[in-house]
Amino acid sequence: MSSQLNETPMLQMKGITKRFPGVLASDNVDFDVRAGEVHTLLGENGAGKSTLMKILYGLYQQDEGEILLNGKVINLTSPANAISHGIGMIHQHFMLVPTLTVAENVSLGLKSTRGVLTDLKTVSKRITEISKSFGLQVYPDEYVWQLSVGERQRVEIIKALYRDASILILDEPTAVLTPSEVDDIFVIFRKLADAGRGLVFISHKLKEVLDLSDRITVLRHGRVTGETTPAQSDRHDLARLMVGRAVKLAPDKPEVATGDALLRIEDLYVAGDRGRHAVQGLTMEVKSGEVLGIAGISGNGQRELAEAIAGLRTPQSGKITINGHDTTFCKPGQVRDVGLSYVPEERMKDGAVGDFDVKENLILLNHNREPFCTNGFLNFSAIRAHSEKLVKEYAVKTPSIDTCTKNLSGGNIQKLIMARELDANPKVLLASQPTRGVDIGAAEYIHERISQQRQNGTASIVISEDLDEVMALSDRIAVMFDGKIMGIVKQEDATRESIGLMMTGEDQEA
Amino acid sequence: MLLSLGANPLSGYATMFTAAFGSLEGFSETTVKSIPLLLVGVGICIAFRANVINIGGEGQMVMGALLATAVALAFPAFPSFMLIPMVLMAGAVGGAFWGAIAGALKAYFNVSEILSTIMLNIVAVQFMNFLLRGPMIDPAEIERGTGIPQTMRLSENADLPILLEGMRMHLGVLVALLVAVGAYFLLWRTAIGFRIRSVGYNPDASRYAGISVPKNVTSALAFSGAMAGIAGAILVFGSESHRMVTDGGSTGFTGSAGFNGIVVALLAGLHPLWSVPSALLFGGMLVGANALQRAAQVPSALIIALNGLIVVFVVSSEYFKQRYAQAGRVEEPDDNDNGVIVTEGGNNE
Repeated sequence: MSSQLNETPMLQMKGITKRFPGVLASDNVDFDVRAGEVHTLLGENGAGKSTLMKILYGLYQQDEGEILLNGKVINLTSPANAISHGIGMIHQHFMLVPTLTVAENVSLGLKSTRGVLTDLKTVSKRITEISKSFGLQVYPDEYVWQLSVGERQRVEIIKALYRDASILILDEPTAVLTPSEVDDIFVIFRKLADAGRGLVFISHKLKEVLDLSDRITVLRHGRVTGETTPAQSDRHDLARLMVGRAVKLAPDKPEVATGDALLRIEDLYVAGDRGRHAVQGLTMEVKSGEVLGIAGISGNGQRELAEAIAGLRTPQSGKITINGHDTTFCKPGQVRDVGLSYVPEERMKDGAVGDFDVKENLILLNHNREPFCTNGFLNFSAIRAHSEKLVKEYAVKTPSIDTCTKNLSGGNIQKLIMARELDANPKVLLASQPTRGVDIGAAEYIHERISQQRQNGTASIVISEDLDEVMALSDRIAVMFDGKIMGIVKQEDATRESIGLMMTGEDQEA
Repeated sequence: MLLSLGANPLSGYATMFTAAFGSLEGFSETTVKSIPLLLVGVGICIAFRANVINIGGEGQMVMGALLATAVALAFPAFPSFMLIPMVLMAGAVGGAFWGAIAGALKAYFNVSEILSTIMLNIVAVQFMNFLLRGPMIDPAEIERGTGIPQTMRLSENADLPILLEGMRMHLGVLVALLVAVGAYFLLWRTAIGFRIRSVGYNPDASRYAGISVPKNVTSALAFSGAMAGIAGAILVFGSESHRMVTDGGSTGFTGSAGFNGIVVALLAGLHPLWSVPSALLFGGMLVGANALQRAAQVPSALIIALNGLIVVFVVSSEYFKQRYAQAGRVEEPDDNDNGVIVTEGGNNE
């Protein structure tokens, strides 16, 4: 924190109110940014973070309230207008043209000094300057399609800085980054703040917020529910402000006696989409009443492993045994029949049929069995009763069981899938990224359900990129890197550091 | 359009409407014209629900008609109450077989169903031309030496009974309505229909839930073909000549119902029951167009242009509906208070 904190804020938003038909998206919100600080806007999906920032970037106009820049009222009517006032936004989804070079991308929409001709030399020179002064390591002549996600994000930052942005809005900038990239980008954000810029950091990841912020403003239902600093609060406080009640960040884990190994994988090789081995000689087993967490940066074979277990991808060699049955070359339906339930990584692609209504998705697995189907005809009274029961039991928030599934929120779709999968009383539960993109309340609920399965004697595998989630749920933690298990550690022996090292493939012995 | 042809549009359309729906006789004609449109249209609805575009209605009609005709030729002495169901079934089987070929090619070898169905149309028509010139030709044609490619007058026991004295409306109307209702039940009340729709909406999730995508794509096209096949059979046994005739060219006897059925299905929003009024509209336009030609010397080909315009309007209205829905979504904030989100940004991590 610098001394500049005490001056008048660079930017003030006072009493901002924005109404949409039927919803108050932003209710008399005050928010300000001072030069040299990172001010976080924290809230769940739908809390009103995006609305507020879209107003600041000129995409929406507020119904009430005013925006002051350096003490003067400004009227933001469009993004171009916002940019001219020195407000820049780094979007969550990058706005770059992949077939152009970095310099060309940066110069898009700018007036050239040479009239109708481009002036890439000058642009390149300034890009290099900016890049050097903040350690961005962006090279103007590289094509954007050649760059990694992290590098593309730095190009976006350059774009904003090139336009002399003094206020940078960072819309969930870490969503697409690996843990080490997150560390790198935080160093850059800090440098930008220290150079006198004001940063607005939008996130719902509690740990990152505590790491990066100078100040934190928490929104819920369009209203400010608290303003705090990392020094004054911890994750539980923030979660409470976001959700409006105390949230358990890790489920209770009573002692459970483990039984037989219900899932056994021996020397498994699975090909990836590009032909090379995605899973290479993997061996592991999971016992009844045990949760095995698989940590690792995505793209290290977790998806292929999950698909091989579920019967969606044929292994090249090795053996998978579920509940005593050899399922190595079984079809998805057959694997389910011997007791596997699978909560897939991409819930809208693999988990649910978006255009089906809630009740249809709930009978996706057993639509052709009694009592839902008699002699080939669907039995709607049984289907309705079943759906009403599951929706209630699993606290799926939906207007009715006839609602189209794609209109539900991510958390509720995930609860719906959990309801369907757990209702099958699985012997083995395979959950891939079970709480990705899910709000805290729903995540808490899903974690509790997985923990309950453990007490029921199910053998569970939780694949997740979220290390906190893996640590909270698992009895043992396996770390995957490059298609292999780098090591399996007991939960009580695991530290973030040791697992983090294995995730990058550095520690072979652990 | 009518104006450009020098006719009064209002009175022109009035002529068309009166001809098609103004009298019992006109209505009877309209229903007869609507039968193949409805049957093919219902079949298209089923295929579309599995996300398969069936442009093979023509070929499936031809194959259905051929198998039905063969059955009638083989068992001419069977009584009506047996022979009529038999020829209709044969029509369904013939069409289903032809549809299933395209379905299996699509499902197991990833051959575009648009290409395969169009090509199968041509194969079917040429197969018909061969059969009607050779094995199935009317022996009388050979005797006389005229060699018109047509079968002999088929067994009277297979004639579809006339429903209204002195008019052409026959049993096929009831069959078509029955099939439309049946298709509705198939799609929304049976496990098969559930799987077809599931596979059409989201093949990935279906596969993961243990539903076989190739099997259901094939069966959807088989059902679709079966309906077109029934249409083909009805065209033969409900015709005035009661024989199967080919013009020797590339279209045959179908009156392009295999293609117009697609328009019927689109206008009906791919719903089997809405296909009924939709088919009546297009059937009425065919009847009306002939009347218009007589009354105002407007070529009946105009109706083809009118068909095209309707497709353009239907498809573009769908587009605008989506655009509007999306615009509406962006305008609304992402509030999931009641568990329902309205933005596309549901997956913010």
